[in-house]
Amino acid sequence: MKLDSALFRREAARLLATLTRAFGVANLAVAEDVVQDTLASAFEAWSYQGVPPHYAAVLTTAAKNRALDVFRRERTARKFAPEVGRLIESEWAIGPALDAMFLPDALKDDELRMMFTCCHPRLAEGVQVALVLHLLCALGVDEIASAFLVSPAAMEKRLSRGKKVLAESRHLFELTAADFVPRLSAVHRALYLLFNEGYHGASAHAVLREDRCRDAMRLVRLLVDHPPAATPATYALAALMWLLAARLPARIDQAGNLKDLFEQDRSLWDEGLLAEGTRLLEQSARGEVLTEYHVEAGIAGLHAAAGAARATRWGEIVALYDVLMRIRPSPVVALNRCMAIAQHEGPERGLEAVRAIEDASRLAAYPFYPAVLGELELRNGRTEIARAHFQEARRLARNDGERRFLDHRIDECARRARS
Amino acid sequence: MSEFVFLYRRPATSWTVQQMQASMERWQAWFKKLEQSGHLANYGQPLEPKGGRVVKDKQGGYSDGPYAETKDIVVGFSVITANDYDEAVALTIDHPIFDQNGLIEIRPIFKMS
Repeated sequence: MKLDSALFRREAARLLATLTRAFGVANLAVAEDVVQDTLASAFEAWSYQGVPPHYAAVLTTAAKNRALDVFRRERTARKFAPEVGRLIESEWAIGPALDAMFLPDALKDDELRMMFTCCHPRLAEGVQVALVLHLLCALGVDEIASAFLVSPAAMEKRLSRGKKVLAESRHLFELTAADFVPRLSAVHRALYLLFNEGYHGASAHAVLREDRCRDAMRLVRLLVDHPPAATPATYALAALMWLLAARLPARIDQAGNLKDLFEQDRSLWDEGLLAEGTRLLEQSARGEVLTEYHVEAGIAGLHAAAGAARATRWGEIVALYDVLMRIRPSPVVALNRCMAIAQHEGPERGLEAVRAIEDASRLAAYPFYPAVLGELELRNGRTEIARAHFQEARRLARNDGERRFLDHRIDECARRARS
Repeated sequence: MSEFVFLYRRPATSWTVQQMQASMERWQAWFKKLEQSGHLANYGQPLEPKGGRVVKDKQGGYSDGPYAETKDIVVGFSVITANDYDEAVALTIDHPIFDQNGLIEIRPIFKMS
């Protein structure tokens, strides 16, 4: 049996969500211990003769037995979730109550509820994303720290701050709660950031970054499959992820070099993901609300529809960036808009737009700011100026992939200067 | 051909879920290779790293242990067939346990000649 590399993490997230419902959010740490224990014994056993075909059922039973032990051992010492509090007062009722909690449909809802729980309004976006990675993607502290390029100690602090806020609520978030809609926007934002961390992130490991994209896609899929959460914005966010993920196979060539949109071999784009992304994009186009996800997915959709960079409808892309600047302005969006303008109206107009970016100082450490300047100057034929910009970009580059990409651009400047 | 018991020894570790799966896949791959080359007589079993008792007399007197803190506790065993020690040792090459601070003890099964 060929294993999906996220199998253990997915199973861990599934079990943790349900155990947290059973034990109550205040006992999150107990639930985490049970999950860790369950998977630790499974991986030892399966290291020899492989993973059994009905592995999910085996893990569920093992986790349930451990949970039963916890209830029996600690029912007087701990306060459990109110909904099980009554049941565990009688020994015979615990088992059936747990069985009901671990039914497949209940399990799926628990992951959704855990996701909404992580996006607590009192937590900063960065903490929410870290919690999602920890509790719904089963990543360890060090693994999350390296995805965000922060020290493990700093990440540990961020997570424990987050868990403390979570522990104050007695239940997992109710999907019928009055604040479902605002909480859903926070969930969208966290999943968007998670996907972006994978797609544009600073971590040097391309494979790990793709895992983050897939994690985000799995979680947004849970929203799409749960009718109250399947809003136009949810569809738009999912469309954006699918359309961008389709390009992943072309983003890195066989030598491990980063390829920008203009140099990608578009025949490598994943057609299945493109088709699904386009379908999701169509489904997002109902209702009155236009979110940033609609606009970004629209841009990705135009790229997907074009057979080549040259054949792209750049005018429409510029117009969409104008909209994006109105509803969610940021220096990075502004920079992308400049590239689209340059494609549409020539490098000189692109450069003018770059110079007009407000608060460009926020881009001071962003390597693609000088890289865009370099690219446009190069197209203008000013190779020396272009080279200086690329060298500045290389100084700011965050990983080897980016450094190699910029080295190639610097070489290109030298090559054009000679010819 | 002779049979050898491989005793896997490794200190107790606390792994992330991702690391558990990665380790499991590497162990499985190693077993698969041995099975395909006809050297695997018996997969054997993993052993609980925690607990254990050492019984010392016929009255049932015992002490606890070996403790999980003990370095290189036996965490499992398999039975392997090989011509001699050299071949048995060669079969351990690329076993993942060496990347896990562990080692393999090779013991021949007694054979009357």
